[in-house]
Amino acid sequence: MIEIRWHGRGGHGGFTAARLLGLAASVYSDNYAQAFPSFGPERRGAPVLGFTRIDKNPINDHSQVYSCDYVIVLDESLLDTIDVTKGIKDGGVLIINSKKPARDFNIQKDITVHTFDGTQLALDVLGVPITNTVMLGATVAITNVVSIDSIYKAIDDFMSEELREKNKKAVEAAYNSIKGVTN
Amino acid sequence: MSAIELRNENKKFLSGDEAVAEGVKLCRPDVIAAYPITPQTVIVEKLSEFVASKEMDCQYLHVESEHSAMAASMGASMMGSRTFTATSSQGLLYMCEMLHYVSGSRFPIVMVNANRTVAAPWNIFGDHRDSLSQRDSGWMQVYVENGQEALDMVIQSYKIAENQSVSTPIMINLDGFVLTHTYELVSIPEQNQVDEFLPPYSTTNKFDFENPKSLCFTASPEWQTEFRYQQYEAMENAKKVIQEVDKEFSQVFGRTYGGMVEEYHCSDADYILVAMGSVAGTAKIVVDKLRKQGKKVGLVKLRFYRPFPKEYFKKLGKKAKAVGVIDRDISFGYEGAVYSDVKAALFSQGADVKTINFIAGISGRDITKEFLAEMYSQLEAIGNGDKVEEIQFTGLRWK
Repeated sequence: MIEIRWHGRGGHGGFTAARLLGLAASVYSDNYAQAFPSFGPERRGAPVLGFTRIDKNPINDHSQVYSCDYVIVLDESLLDTIDVTKGIKDGGVLIINSKKPARDFNIQKDITVHTFDGTQLALDVLGVPITNTVMLGATVAITNVVSIDSIYKAIDDFMSEELREKNKKAVEAAYNSIKGVTN
Repeated sequence: MSAIELRNENKKFLSGDEAVAEGVKLCRPDVIAAYPITPQTVIVEKLSEFVASKEMDCQYLHVESEHSAMAASMGASMMGSRTFTATSSQGLLYMCEMLHYVSGSRFPIVMVNANRTVAAPWNIFGDHRDSLSQRDSGWMQVYVENGQEALDMVIQSYKIAENQSVSTPIMINLDGFVLTHTYELVSIPEQNQVDEFLPPYSTTNKFDFENPKSLCFTASPEWQTEFRYQQYEAMENAKKVIQEVDKEFSQVFGRTYGGMVEEYHCSDADYILVAMGSVAGTAKIVVDKLRKQGKKVGLVKLRFYRPFPKEYFKKLGKKAKAVGVIDRDISFGYEGAVYSDVKAALFSQGADVKTINFIAGISGRDITKEFLAEMYSQLEAIGNGDKVEEIQFTGLRWK
């Protein structure tokens, strides 16, 4: 089972990214999935979590997520107050939305740290600094957890018509930019 | 189109609340009367959207309180309407008076209760204190493990409740947040199959100009005992109907839940946990892990709390060395209510079995796999003759 944690602030759409990935992995790929938020009242601007579980087999586990394969951080200011590396498995991946290079975060753990300037890309493509779909595209490019096509299908299913095309563009731009770098 | 393709087409990624709403839509209720409360609100929001967009042909009543929701549901059922409502926690307590009116008058209303603890301390998170406090309200109570079971049990519940030998309302209990707000892959049954499985509600227990009668009347001491006996008998009848409906459901939809209980690796198990709701899923993973280590452990997912599977536990008491019961609540001054019932049934034929009550998952506190493994090791210890505390608060900060 692959377990993924999304760090954001209320309003960033971190849980939407968690749901989109779950939808892509289950309905639009051949897996089972779960997605859930950090439970409780929703507050704009407050640190919030989203979780996605993906497995080939039905997921019976209804306890919380304590260890993760991948962690995505939509807002680097969260690192000032939260240990975003908590529970990342050895060999796991941390992806931070930041202009800074990964080494600047000086993370001393047996994990791979990637940074991606999701905010600039979101401003360029979407016109707003909402980075959830951009960071989802980056995550898929880095981890290959699902196919990028399944993400496009999930967006078509999930979003209103006016949001669909530009969010697919945002995902694609992020995906291509990373694949271009790493290929 | 092949069956597999069809199944794929009908899969959706839904929260537990959304899965319930899909299930309700498929059952074609005539009336929904509801008042929103976290974590149930999404159910009635979705249903009101379905009614507004005419996806559902149903009268939706926005009422001013949960007491009114149940009163209006009763009025609708008195007219022979298939009726749905949903609530949680304080809302369930607020409709308490009407719960007894509905069950005593034998109206087969289906209600989903999103399990949430009860104030004080005020808290919106999940445990079973709300529904367990309504044990004697005369409603059937079933607890589900995931979104698929929630959807399927809405369909099964109408069939069980509306059976003439039962004619009793039913409360489907869905763990707050852990199920209501978790998205999972859910298979949506075909409308035509549901229509065939669940024909329109038909009853003589209704107001009718052709056949005028009084309903919800007063009974004298001369007759009250007989009314209560009929309620008792209906719940006993329900045990059989629950099994039959699950069997028929599996023939049509390909999924079975075991009726009153679901057993997981129990046939040769020495150490058995009994659990209701979503934690049963997590416990299955722990059973798998311990089985790999050669431990003879099993799980009983207690699905129906009322009617209670007394006969099942009588037999279990003769097989197991130790049985632990997880209660997501406690009856102060005694022990967990589920534990009391399980224990009474286990020992009713003089079985030699050890028992422990685990008070866990109180107001949303996570029941982790580590906690569950520890419960099994406590059962093994008591089974080996060690002295073990009978009532244990799992993960308690201090003693």
